[in-house]
Amino acid sequence: MGHAGAPEKLIVNNKRLDGRKFDELRPIKITAGIIPNADGSALIEQGETKIMCAVYGPRECLPKHFAQADKAYLHCIYNMISFSTPERARPGPSRRSVEISKIIADALAPAIFLERYPRTKIDVYMDVTNANAGTRCAAIVAASVALADAGIDMRDLVSAVASGKADGHLVLDMFQPEDNFGEADMPLAMMPRTGEITLLQMDGELTKDEIQKLTEMNIKACREIYEMQKSALREKYETEKNIESMEGEQNGRTD
Amino acid sequence: MVETTTEKLYIKDRDIVVPGEILAEGMEYLPAGKAFRDGEKIFACTMGMASVKGRVLKVIPLAGRYMPKRGDVVIGKVTNISHSGWAVEINSPYNADLNIGEATRDYIDLAKTEMSRYYDINDYMLAEVIALTESKFVKLTTKYRPYRRLSPGNIIVVSPTKIPRIIGKAGSMIKLLKDNSGCDVVVGQNGLIWIKGLPEKEALVAKAIKLIEKESHKSGLTDKIKALMEAK
Amino acid sequence: MVELIKPYMSALLQKGLREDGRGLLDYRNVDIEINPIARACGSARVKLGETEVLVGVKMDTDTPFPDSPDEGILIVNAELAPLSNPDFESGPPSPAAIELARVVDRGIRESGAVDFSKLCIKEKEKVWVVFIDVYPVNDNGNLLDAAALGAIAALKHALIPKYDEKEDKVFYEELSKEKLPVKQLPILTTFGKLNGTIFVDTTKREENVADSRLSIATLENETVSAMQKGGTGTFTEAEVLQMYDYSVELGKKLRKHLK
Repeated sequence: MGHAGAPEKLIVNNKRLDGRKFDELRPIKITAGIIPNADGSALIEQGETKIMCAVYGPRECLPKHFAQADKAYLHCIYNMISFSTPERARPGPSRRSVEISKIIADALAPAIFLERYPRTKIDVYMDVTNANAGTRCAAIVAASVALADAGIDMRDLVSAVASGKADGHLVLDMFQPEDNFGEADMPLAMMPRTGEITLLQMDGELTKDEIQKLTEMNIKACREIYEMQKSALREKYETEKNIESMEGEQNGRTD
Repeated sequence: MVETTTEKLYIKDRDIVVPGEILAEGMEYLPAGKAFRDGEKIFACTMGMASVKGRVLKVIPLAGRYMPKRGDVVIGKVTNISHSGWAVEINSPYNADLNIGEATRDYIDLAKTEMSRYYDINDYMLAEVIALTESKFVKLTTKYRPYRRLSPGNIIVVSPTKIPRIIGKAGSMIKLLKDNSGCDVVVGQNGLIWIKGLPEKEALVAKAIKLIEKESHKSGLTDKIKALMEAK
Repeated sequence: MVELIKPYMSALLQKGLREDGRGLLDYRNVDIEINPIARACGSARVKLGETEVLVGVKMDTDTPFPDSPDEGILIVNAELAPLSNPDFESGPPSPAAIELARVVDRGIRESGAVDFSKLCIKEKEKVWVVFIDVYPVNDNGNLLDAAALGAIAALKHALIPKYDEKEDKVFYEELSKEKLPVKQLPILTTFGKLNGTIFVDTTKREENVADSRLSIATLENETVSAMQKGGTGTFTEAEVLQMYDYSVELGKKLRKHLK
């Protein structure tokens, strides 16, 4: 992922290069149900980062040797589309995308009632169509919405965001220049209902105090993003005042 | 000493709820359907619509793949034939088996007849789920009426959560579709629907069903469907 | 469910009707969004009804091929993304994915749509490489036409990245104001055939029941720049010539969406 030369400063006049405050999220838009063929799907646009997610499942687990007798096999694939990065990326998995796929699966698994779907597979495909940092967290946010959209039983949605250090300042939701040239980067994912953290990574150099501050910053932002995830799901069903009952005939005659 | 319990209801009947959303607090409330209890609180575990009937808080799912239940009537497709029966796909993460003894009330003499005479690969059938093991191995039967092989016609797939709406109260919606189109319509609780009649009527019924699927939770749907069916 | 619904689909088509109410020679609703991807040199999102394809153009420099030392290079790649269809699996490109890429390529390359002689930086040493990547988002049939339309739309609006010739450095994150030299707008139209009935812009269900398909790419001057037959059925000579006529007319209509 080639980048242009480093900017002189990442923080100018106490503002970030895109004009944001240190604890300000980029504008986020989440849309549920964008891929008709999928069982569940979602699109996230976070600043310039754009990611699509499709969930297929639970479905038959093939190849059979991946099937587990007591729960579903959660199969996550994070992929960067060739034209999503400044220099074209060769199609196919890279070591980076394989690692990210795994940590995303570990971040989502605690939230899903996998044990209710023994012997099956849940496929989660996350494709980055435009990359501007924070992709693994945005992918988790979209994937949670897509899983819920698919009607898969979950304990909670998973929310995620990355924060870090740029020019000595602690900043929330880093974008490309901050991600490339900053001093540290810390993605975090959590289930807001219980406050349990399901993903945590850190890259760079941070003191204990900084880690604590960044964790608090991330958690606060995750709760905000959680509300957006819920709204996106509700919006899809456009509720009206007088909704006819959903319960027509549960075990009705069929002919 | 008087013990006070916190008792609070956060949602009302017919609210759309999302996974992890809190429905109520207090041990007096009872979770049902896709609602679950965690300590004092009750949460939804899928995308659904809340139903509040007294103390019972039920979440009716709005999405999700078909999970087989005993007694369900389903439409399935034969994917394999073995000496003991047929492997049947039922639009579920779980596949089903139709044992040779459950196919028909007639005695099948394998020395004289081919199993494919009853059901061949890629044939569709209307069947009932008679058994379900703990790891969800599914057993079907087609021994009794109206279960049978389905002849060529139109088949569409809808979300199984919309099937009750497509059938309608006391079968009213499905009757509306059949009467207006002159088609035979068979609905599988697993989301498959078979339609047989004049080709343009088969297409019209399919279109109507897709509309019901899309707008199942909106008001005025029955009138919309009536208008669509009477238009041609 | 192909076998079960084939008689019904065949009967419907024979009456000149289709499941979504279209005529045999009607395209679904066409929607093209230009440059949805900021990182690409040019991009397009094409929707044909529920079928949706993203196409991105990226550029880089490289040494030219020995047999065309003063011409730029075109590379078309297509993935059958598992995101777009429950039957697609992740992994290396399948024959279907490769066919998709090569048909899109053929329509563009053979038509002279892009003037590759203008993409030469230094003869025998350095030329521009134009990468076209086709990425399905939702497959409800006819990825071919959606991809081809997206490719030409993306090319038409693509800008060449800034390039420092002295340092031989491409600035991938900065686009110049120079557009790609696009001279022609080839349009691909794909037909399906079932029991003698010919219909255009097939949905997934129609694609599954069709015995055969024929894709024809035409230019504004009505010449053909590519053809591809698929499926195990056959076409008569009369049918092929008929489809050429349809292709020219349909091509003109579709081309209007590119303006």
